[in-house]
Amino acid sequence: MASLRYEARIAASADRVWQIIEDPASIPNWFPGIVSASVDGSTRTIELKSGIVMPEEILEVDALQRRFAYRIVAPQYRWHLGTIDVIELAELDTLCVYSTSAEPSTLALLIGGATAEALESIKRIAEGT
Amino acid sequence: MPRRILFITTDQQRYDTVGANGGQVARTPTLDRLAAEGIRYERCQPTSVVCMPSRASMLTGQYPSTHGTWMNGVPLAVDAPSIAEHLHDAGYATALIGKAHFEPFLDPFGRFVENALAHLGIPTADSPWFGGRRGVHRGFDHLELATHGVLGPLHYATWLRQNHPEAVAGFYAVVDQDLNVNAAGGGDTDAPQVGVNPVAREWYHTDWVADRTIAWLTAQPVDQDWFCWMSFPDPHHPWDPPASQRARVNWRDVPLPANYPERAEEREALLDAKPRHWRAWYDGRLVSNYEAPPAWVPATMTADQVREVNALNAVEVELIDEAIGRVLGALLARGWDDELDVIFTTDHGEFQGDFGLLFKGPYHVDALMRLPLIWRPAPVREPTPAVVSEPVSLVSLAATFAQIAGTAPPPWCEGAPLPLSNADAAKRGFTDTITEWDSALFGVDVHLRTVLTGRYLYTEYRPGTVHDGSEGELYDLAEDSRQRVNRFEDPSLGAIRDELHQRLVSHHEREIERAKPGRLVAPV
Repeated sequence: MASLRYEARIAASADRVWQIIEDPASIPNWFPGIVSASVDGSTRTIELKSGIVMPEEILEVDALQRRFAYRIVAPQYRWHLGTIDVIELAELDTLCVYSTSAEPSTLALLIGGATAEALESIKRIAEGT
Repeated sequence: MPRRILFITTDQQRYDTVGANGGQVARTPTLDRLAAEGIRYERCQPTSVVCMPSRASMLTGQYPSTHGTWMNGVPLAVDAPSIAEHLHDAGYATALIGKAHFEPFLDPFGRFVENALAHLGIPTADSPWFGGRRGVHRGFDHLELATHGVLGPLHYATWLRQNHPEAVAGFYAVVDQDLNVNAAGGGDTDAPQVGVNPVAREWYHTDWVADRTIAWLTAQPVDQDWFCWMSFPDPHHPWDPPASQRARVNWRDVPLPANYPERAEEREALLDAKPRHWRAWYDGRLVSNYEAPPAWVPATMTADQVREVNALNAVEVELIDEAIGRVLGALLARGWDDELDVIFTTDHGEFQGDFGLLFKGPYHVDALMRLPLIWRPAPVREPTPAVVSEPVSLVSLAATFAQIAGTAPPPWCEGAPLPLSNADAAKRGFTDTITEWDSALFGVDVHLRTVLTGRYLYTEYRPGTVHDGSEGELYDLAEDSRQRVNRFEDPSLGAIRDELHQRLVSHHEREIERAKPGRLVAPV
């Protein structure tokens, strides 16, 4: 198993950052290479630009802790956990942490590499730049 | 006077696989002729011994620590300098046909342009995508891409799946279901990355690259200047050339490499004299990089497996040589040969059995670092054939292309144009070359800096997971051309070591505008 963690310091309120993330269906707005997402109960199905369709299980959408957790349940993943934590540092200063753990390790790197870009996207949207 | 440039690269090809360089297994009459007519370099080094950083250096004329693609899986910045863009701006039609690999292959999110291009359809000269200052991408106004095998979204794989779907299953699967380099054995000896591929020769990627190159060249106006990078994916593993061609070289007749001691004790003694990660990889105790199968242990490799790998490698080299000959024939028929510069090289080497190892990694010795490089200048310039023994580097290619085109090398080029002779090399200060390695993958980081001079090969290991910063390698190439005796700790070479260390310090501290090191986003 391999784990990767990326973080971004965002000049916006934690509520504003959480607002971007909390709706599971909104992921195509901020995750690079995801062209569509549909949500049915705790199942989210995303479609990638490459045509790959991946089912995910939403584990946690905690508005109080501002924590989103999910796992990919596609067969090529023996195990996966993705978490996004939104941490308030000050009124307009937020730390957003995107963590990925997966087995096989190579897949952690593929997902993790994209999450770094997703954080940049979240930052741009939150800061309105 | 127009100047046209055919830049030919292969992937992972050793210096000694070319006949003109003393190779005995593969027949390479086309390359041998180019070498006889032009300049053959005996000591060409890459800036990195893996694909992406090395290829980025060819395009940018910069070291990895400058262009920012510091290991495989780190994409070259989209706005990085590009010699193709420079030539495009000078009025050249520009094309890259075959393997690019400035961006990661493993890209499920489809984030990188190289992987998206095939979705736009295969462009033709009659129906190009569009024309812009930077061309389609990175200054190339035409790209048709291929890689090893038939997985993924690139043009060759797309073409084969659409036109010859029955041939797809015959290719060896380069990666396994975990997306690691496949350790599965094949062929007669069960060697890793060896397969018997029933694909027709004319459908194999070597001939496809040549076919598509000829198609693009044929469509150019006769008075058009052009720069064409023809980039063969072979002889990089997998070693699965068309089965119909396997009989060219009988593996049972292939001699073992000079640097492959048959006795395990002798191999292990050689490895033990080198920094610790050599033996650790050989024993299967350490996987420091992605470029070899993690499930394969080099110590298990047999002499027959080495023979079969080398035989199939030679078959692939012969097919490339014949494909190059076909392209040159088309250019001759077009009346372009007199005004044509041809440069042939590769991105890095391959162990092919040296020291009991296969594939590549953070190991800076000739197997991976000594590359074939041949420059046949345009005959109309009446070049003097030469052999250059002084060290040169692939970092010089971009400036060389600019010079051929009659333009000043762009200011971002770190390398000077290649020398035309030893006298030219001496006059212009070609005294040494630098090769870099940085990797950080799954908790293991390794960092090497190497300088090659006319006599010495010197490597320092910076602190990392496996090394504490005190280890190194120093080989006296005059006495030890196979790099078997590590003299890093030899006090009699202390002054030499200090001098070479200072050269690495100078390289580290050189003044140049550097890109921010890119982010690792994929294993390759």
